Amino acid sequence: MKPLMEINNLTTRFHTQDGTVNAVNGISYTLNHGEILGVVGESGCGKSVHALSIMRLVQIPPGEIAAGEVFFDGRDLLKLSEKDMRTVRGHEIAMVFQDPMSSLNPVYTIGFQISEALILHKNMNKRQAKERTIELLNLVGIPEARKRFDNFPHQFSGGMRQRAMIAMALSCEPKLLIADEPTTALDVTIQAQIINLVIRLQQELGMSVMWITHDLGIVAEMVHRINVMYAGLIIERGLVDDIYNHTLHPYTMGLLGSLPSIDEAPGTKLISIPGLPPDLVDLPSGCPFFARCTYREERCAKERPQLENGPEEGHSVACWRWREIQKMGIS
Amino acid sequence: MNMEKKLLLQVMNLKKYFPASKGLFTNRQVRFVKAVDDVSFDVYDGETLGLVGETGCGKTTVARTILQLYHPTSGKIIFDGVDLSSLPENDLRKMRRRMQMIFQDPYASLNPRMTVGSIISAPLDVHTDLKRSEKQEKVQDLLKLVGLNPDFVNRYPHEFSGGQRQRIGIARALALSPDLVICDEPISSLDVSIQAQVVNLLEELQDRLGLTYIFVAHDLSMVRHISDRMVVMYLGKVMELADRNEIYLHPRHPYTKALMSAVPIPNPRKARDRQRIILKGDIPSPLNPPQGCNFNTRCPLAQDICFEKDPEYREIEPNHFVACHLA
Repeated sequence: MKPLMEINNLTTRFHTQDGTVNAVNGISYTLNHGEILGVVGESGCGKSVHALSIMRLVQIPPGEIAAGEVFFDGRDLLKLSEKDMRTVRGHEIAMVFQDPMSSLNPVYTIGFQISEALILHKNMNKRQAKERTIELLNLVGIPEARKRFDNFPHQFSGGMRQRAMIAMALSCEPKLLIADEPTTALDVTIQAQIINLVIRLQQELGMSVMWITHDLGIVAEMVHRINVMYAGLIIERGLVDDIYNHTLHPYTMGLLGSLPSIDEAPGTKLISIPGLPPDLVDLPSGCPFFARCTYREERCAKERPQLENGPEEGHSVACWRWREIQKMGIS
Repeated sequence: MNMEKKLLLQVMNLKKYFPASKGLFTNRQVRFVKAVDDVSFDVYDGETLGLVGETGCGKTTVARTILQLYHPTSGKIIFDGVDLSSLPENDLRKMRRRMQMIFQDPYASLNPRMTVGSIISAPLDVHTDLKRSEKQEKVQDLLKLVGLNPDFVNRYPHEFSGGQRQRIGIARALALSPDLVICDEPISSLDVSIQAQVVNLLEELQDRLGLTYIFVAHDLSMVRHISDRMVVMYLGKVMELADRNEIYLHPRHPYTKALMSAVPIPNPRKARDRQRIILKGDIPSPLNPPQGCNFNTRCPLAQDICFEKDPEYREIEPNHFVACHLA
C-alpha cells in the first residue's frame, strides 16, 4: 500500500536580520495510513517548523520553503494553489497546537468555532453543523456537550479546551492529525486523559497521527514509529521499540539518559548532554551534534553523516560511528 | 527515616486563604480561596523533600509562605527552632538569609537590565557588608560553582540560554550560603537534555554544600529522582507523604496511585504493560472545594463517607502519612 504522505528533502529557512536560520535542512520520510508517528526533538530542532511547512503555514517572508516535495495522497502540497491548499487544511490534514487558550478565539463560543469548520468544509447548514458539533464534543469526552455548546473558551478548563481543539480538528474527518505538543501545557493526569483520547480516536477513526513532542517518555506507549530530529535533520528513525531498546545515535542515547527511569536505584546520576544545540544561523558543516558528542572524531567535524540503515528493518541513523559505538556496548 | 537527623523546618497546620471579592465594584469579601488548607510536614537537615501536585494544588503557595513572602492565615512555620510567623521584621530578615528560592522561569526571574555580576551580588549588597573586591571575588566563585565562566560577570541575561540563566538563578540563591533552598519548578521551562544538566548540578551542590532542598514540581519522575521523601498535594491539602520509594512502590492514596500511573515511562514495553488509572474530569475550583474529601469528585473508589467527612491525615505506617478513609 502506498504511504499516506511522502516527504522528500524538505528544506525551510527563515531570512532574518541576523542571517539565514536553517530551520529544516532536507528531511525525507514517509507516513503510512493508520500510523502514529512520533517526532521528537528539543526546542529549535525544526520539528514544529517542519509540520508548519507541510501545512504551508510558514509565513513567507521571512520564511521560505526552499526545496523539497510533500506528497500527500499523491499530490505535492507544495505545488498546490493557495485555494486548493485551503481545502487540504482542516479537511485532509488538521493540526492541534500546544496552547489551547491562544489557539481558540476568546470572543466566539466553542460551538460556533467548531461548527464554522463544518459549514465551510462540509457544506452543512447551521442546524446540521450544531448536531454534528455536539456529537464531536461527546466523542472527545466533554460532559453535557449540548449545554457546553454555547460556552466561551474561558469557561473551559485547559484540558477541556484541548479536547475542544481536538474536536475541531476531527470535525472534517482528516486523514492526518498533526498534534504539536498538545499536552505540554497540561497537568499529568489531564495529559494522560488526552493521550488516551487520541489513541482511542485513532483506532476508531483509522486516521494517521503525527505527535510532535520533546518528551521521549510521553510517546513511548502510543506511537508506532519515531523520527528523532536535531538541528533541522532527522538523525535517527525507526520503530518505537528499536529506538528505545537498540538506540543507535549518541544524541538519542543522551535524550533517554536525561530522563529519570522509574525503577532507578537511589543516587543514580542522570546522563546529561553537555553543551547547547548549535546555532541554526551558522550550522557546522559536519555532524550537527559534533560539539556535544562524546564519541566524536575528526571525520565528524568535516563530513555530515547521512541516514543509513541500521541493524533492524526500518531503523536508520545518521552517525559515522554507530557500528563502533554499538560494539562498545554502551547503549 | 534516620532518627539522628536534625529537624530543619516544621510546617504545622499551615493555612493560607486568599480573599476573593464578589462583584466587579462592590468588593464584598464573601469567599476565600483556600490555597493551602491545614498542611503539616517536617523537613530534615540535608534532605530533599519533593512537593508535587497539579496546577492549583497550593504547592507554590506553601513554598512562598515558608519564606514568609505570604503571611500565613494560621499555623506555624518553625525554622531551626524559631517560629517565623511571629518574628519581627528585622529578625525575619536575618532568617531569610538562610532560606533562598530558585524560580521557575529563568526568563522572568532575572532583571534584563542588570549584569550577571550585579544580579548575583544583589543578595550580598542587602545582607552583608562585604567590600567591593570581596563581593567580586565571591561572585566569581559562585559562577565557577554553578559551572559558568567567571568572565561572564559583565554580561546581561539575554546573552544566555535558558539552562545558563537557571544556573545564574542558582548562583544568586547560593550567594548567602543558605541552609534551605526552595526550588520552585526550576526545570519545567527547560529542554530535556538541559533539565538533566540542572538536576545534576543541584545534586552536586547539595553533596558539596550540605544544602536542604524543597523541590516543588509537577513532573513526578524528576521529583522522584531528586527527592528523599515526597509530599503529594491536591487542592490545598496533603494527600500523602512518604519516602520516595515507598510512595512509588506502595502508594496508598487513590490520587497518588493515579498520579504515579500517569507518569510517562520512557520504555515502550513497560509503558504498554502497565495499568493506567485515568482520572475522570478536572480539578475542582479551590473557591468551592467539594464537601468531605477534596478528591471525591474524581476518586474511582469514592464511597458515601468520602462525601460526608473530611478524611483525617494520619500516619498509617511509620513515616507514611495518608489522608484517605479507605487507605
